[in-house]
Parts: sequence; structure tokens; C-alpha cells
Amino acid sequence: MAAAALDIPKPVSPTWRNFREALRRHPTAIIGALVLLAMILVAILAPWLGTVDPQAVAPVKRLKQPSGDFWFGSDMMGRDVYSRVVYGARVSLTIGLAVAFFSTLVGLAIGLVTGYIRWLDAIIMRVMDGLMSIPPVLLAIALMALTKASMQNVILAITLAETPRVVRLVRGLVLVLREEPYVTAAVAAGTRLPLILGRHVLPNIVAPLLVQATYVCASAMITEAILSFIGAGTPPNIPSWGNIMAEGRSMFGLANYLILFPGICLSLTVLAVNLLGDGLRDALDPRLARRM
Amino acid sequence: MAVVAFVVFLLLYLTPGDPAAILAGDAATSDDIRRIREKLGLDDPFHERFGQWLWRLAHGDLGTSIFTNLPVTQLIGQRIEPTLSLTFCTLVISVLVAVPLGVVAAARAGTWVDRAVMAISVGGFSIPVFVLAYVLIYTFSIELEWLPVQGYSPIREGVVQWARHLVLPSIALGTVYIALIARMTRAAMLDVLAQDYVRTAQAKGLAPGEVLIGHALKNAAVPIATVIGIGIALLIGGAIVTETVFALPGIGRLTVDAILRRDYPIIQGVVLMFSAAYVLINLAVDLSYMFFDPRIRY
Repeated sequence: MAAAALDIPKPVSPTWRNFREALRRHPTAIIGALVLLAMILVAILAPWLGTVDPQAVAPVKRLKQPSGDFWFGSDMMGRDVYSRVVYGARVSLTIGLAVAFFSTLVGLAIGLVTGYIRWLDAIIMRVMDGLMSIPPVLLAIALMALTKASMQNVILAITLAETPRVVRLVRGLVLVLREEPYVTAAVAAGTRLPLILGRHVLPNIVAPLLVQATYVCASAMITEAILSFIGAGTPPNIPSWGNIMAEGRSMFGLANYLILFPGICLSLTVLAVNLLGDGLRDALDPRLARRM
Repeated sequence: MAVVAFVVFLLLYLTPGDPAAILAGDAATSDDIRRIREKLGLDDPFHERFGQWLWRLAHGDLGTSIFTNLPVTQLIGQRIEPTLSLTFCTLVISVLVAVPLGVVAAARAGTWVDRAVMAISVGGFSIPVFVLAYVLIYTFSIELEWLPVQGYSPIREGVVQWARHLVLPSIALGTVYIALIARMTRAAMLDVLAQDYVRTAQAKGLAPGEVLIGHALKNAAVPIATVIGIGIALLIGGAIVTETVFALPGIGRLTVDAILRRDYPIIQGVVLMFSAAYVLINLAVDLSYMFFDPRIRY
């Protein structure tokens, strides 16, 4: 009877308790999450944020300095840079999130299989080593040079360039996990392979994979900007941050705001994603947090 | 490396559009195009073309540019000096800045020095190289007029001019690299500083600097060297952009021009060359482990 009277706290799994504590200890991660959330809101609410049509050309109002009418100025075709930057958030975030999602998914699938099925491992890892020996930006450039410029192709090219690193991470984790006693126990109990992977191996991979996904997202947004900047990215008529800056390249002396504003937005967003990733890493993996 | 060659060949093979039609020009008849196709062996089956391409590659022949009709090796040779200068300067500056930063951060772990270094590191990861490049150009070249805005001056025309043209590009390109190396140096140093032999060295009264450099840094060298090697991939990707911003007539410019003109043999050659350089550098890094850690044998 006495035991029931004791104030027993609601059971909270230790992972989540550590998670919340760590978040409290890492305010930068919260700032990162807030900035990222703000950017996503900006991207979704773009039409209602005082923007005009980002494609509307107005030759009379070319290259206006930032003012009350043109908050971020206008470009050489008289388009409103503020509207273009706000709509550009959609492109950058879509590409960053899509690449993070797809390369994590594909990397997870390939990594799980190669880590667990030994004879496949040798073949697939040779292919991955080959892909990894081509610097990712260069691989994305080469792929984009071959295909038509479109959002889908940019996502595909960057995903292909980023995936091998995810595969290697997952495979490394699986190789360690498969030696764990609980996996041996599951094998001894006659558990089928999909169940072993799904129930015993996968949950232990989620945390590092999530952290990796944030870094992939940050890296993908920068790669997209680089691709667009050198003319191998999203089609020039789509107002992505990289495209706006590419147009500003030849106008730098006259209109540095063409590079300044999208540049600030891109840096801020990438910084936010990186801060979030660092915070997640510290929260989810205290052992690693001490090291990095 | 074989896989790289295969992937790179596949890239060219899957090229949309007919190179023969591009070569022949607008006024060509379909007979002309067929003749060129035969001459280039474009109708041969996949494995034969791959074999031929490998054979020529083994003899140092990367093919001919579609647009200028010059051998790709020659084009790359003409443009290699600025790229080598840029990457070499960046490498030296970055290592000289990043390793001390990382060591100091680890030695003062938890203090504001440590936090400042980590903040610089996160920031360095987040600013795209060309944004930083334009900020640098604006500040140091346009406003302060200390350094040339753009362009390149070959090293044989004077080292001072050469260096003046490379300062800003190297800083812009090196920032990500510095962030990466500093972070890894700090992590590796923290690991080593927790070891018993470091405590022993401190206990027997060695100077703190001597412990830090002689005992700790030497043992942390292997992961640091690894990340320097892997980070070369960042340098190569960044060099293409940096050369575009600073108008350096290097391989990056060649690549960007080739992309705009869809000159596939050049793209193929550049990807192959950069990847080979990347693999060789990392091989050299692997071999350097033996120097840092005599226990490692191959």
C-alpha cells in the first residue's frame, strides 16, 4: 500500500529525457531550429509576404538600389529582388530537404543490406569507393552537364553525389551492431532477417542518421547554389538563390545587393541547419558530443 | 580507380545529343554525319568503345575537345598552373591556420577560446565560398583597394604579383577547409590529451608546450592527416567556383566554359583528372601514417 502512495514520476525513456536536457544546454540548436522554421514559413507564405510576381519584368525600373519600393533593389530586368529572394527560399529548402530525405533513404537501404549481407558488401562498396573518389561537387557538375537543367535533375544529381557517404556511415554502424549480443540472441532465436534489421539494428542507426541528414541538407543547399552559380543548376528562370547570385555576378560593381541578400539568406539557412545538426548530435549521442 | 574510369566513361556514353552532328556543323548532310560517326567509332558496341577509350587513356589521350578541336590534355596543361597555385596556397594557409587553432581550442577546452574557435568553424561551414569571395573582394579590393579585384599573374612574372592575386582566392577557398581541419584537430587532440602518457609527461614536469606539441599533436597526427586528405574534395569543388569569381584562368574556368558549351570530352577529362589527383593525394596521406605512427606498416 505504501508503495502506491509514493510519488512515482511518469516513466520517461532515458533517451528522451537526455534529449530534452541536452537541448536546454544547447541554446544554439534552438536558435538554429527557430531560424530554420522561420525560413520554412517564409517559403510557404511567400505570396502573402508583400511580394510581387518574382518573374515580372519591368525594364524601366532596372537596377534600382534597395529602397521603400524595392526592399532588396531590383535586378537588370527590373524584377523585384526581395520577391525573388523570398520565393528562392522555396527552391533552396525544397532541394535541401529532398536531397536529405532521398539520400538518407537510399543510403539507409543500401547500407543495411551491404552491412548485413557479406557477399554483396564487396561489390557495392567498390562501387561506392569509386563514386566517393570523385569530389561530390564535381560529380554533381558532371551529372548536371549531361542532363537538362531542372529541379528534379538537380535533386537527383546532388542525391547521387551525397549518397555514398550515407551508405558508408550506415554500413559502418551495421558492422558494429551485428556483433552485439542482442543481435546474436535474435539470430539464435530464429528471427528472420528483415525483422532483425528492422527491430534490432535500425533503431540504433536512427540517431546518427538523423544527424547526418542535417549535414546532407546543409551541403545540398550549398551545392545547389554552386551549381546554379556556375550555370549548371536549376533553370535560370527559376528564382533560386544561386541563380539570383549568378545574375549578380556580372553586375557586382553596380549592384552588389544582388549577391548580398541571397548570400545572407543562404548562409543563414545553412548555418541554422548546421547548428540544429550539432545540437541534435550532442543531444542524441553524448559520447560523440564530448569528442567533436 | 577503375570504377572511376568506368563511371566517367558512362557519363560520356549517356550524353544526350550526337557529338558527330555537333562536329559536322549545320551545313552537314546525313552522309557527312555518318562518316564522322564511323571515324569516331560511335556506332561500335559499348564494350568495344569502352576498351578503346581505356586504351587511349592508358596512353595519356583524353580525347579531343568538341568545341576547340584541341586535345583535352593540352587544354588542361595550359590551365593547370593557376589551379595548382590556388590549391597549393590554400592548402598551406589552411593547415598553418587550422592546426594551431584546433590545438589551442583543445588545450583550452571549455573556455571562450574554445567556443570562439568552434563558432568560427560552424560559420566557416555555412558560408558558401562565392558569397565569402564577394565579401572579400568588396572589402579589400573595392573599398580598401589593397589587393587586385580579379585576375591572375603567372609566377614567372614575379612572385609578389602572383601572391597578391592569390591572397583573397586562397582565403575564400580555405575557409571551409580551415573549419573542417580545426574541428578535427580539436577532436583528435581532446582524445589524446585524455591519455595516460600525456598525464605522465605533465607529471614529470615537461613544459606544457612541449607536452602539447611533442606528445599530444604527434599522436593526433593520423586523424588530422586523414581529414586534410579527404578535405581536398572540398578544395577541388570550391576551386571551380573560386576561379569563376576571381577570373583565374585555371581548370575551374575551363570546366565552367565546357559546361556552358556542353563540351563533354573536356568535362570528362577534368573529372577524371581531379579524381585521380584526389585518389593519389589520399594514397600519399595513407603512406604518411607510417611516418606519424611507426606502428603502422603496409
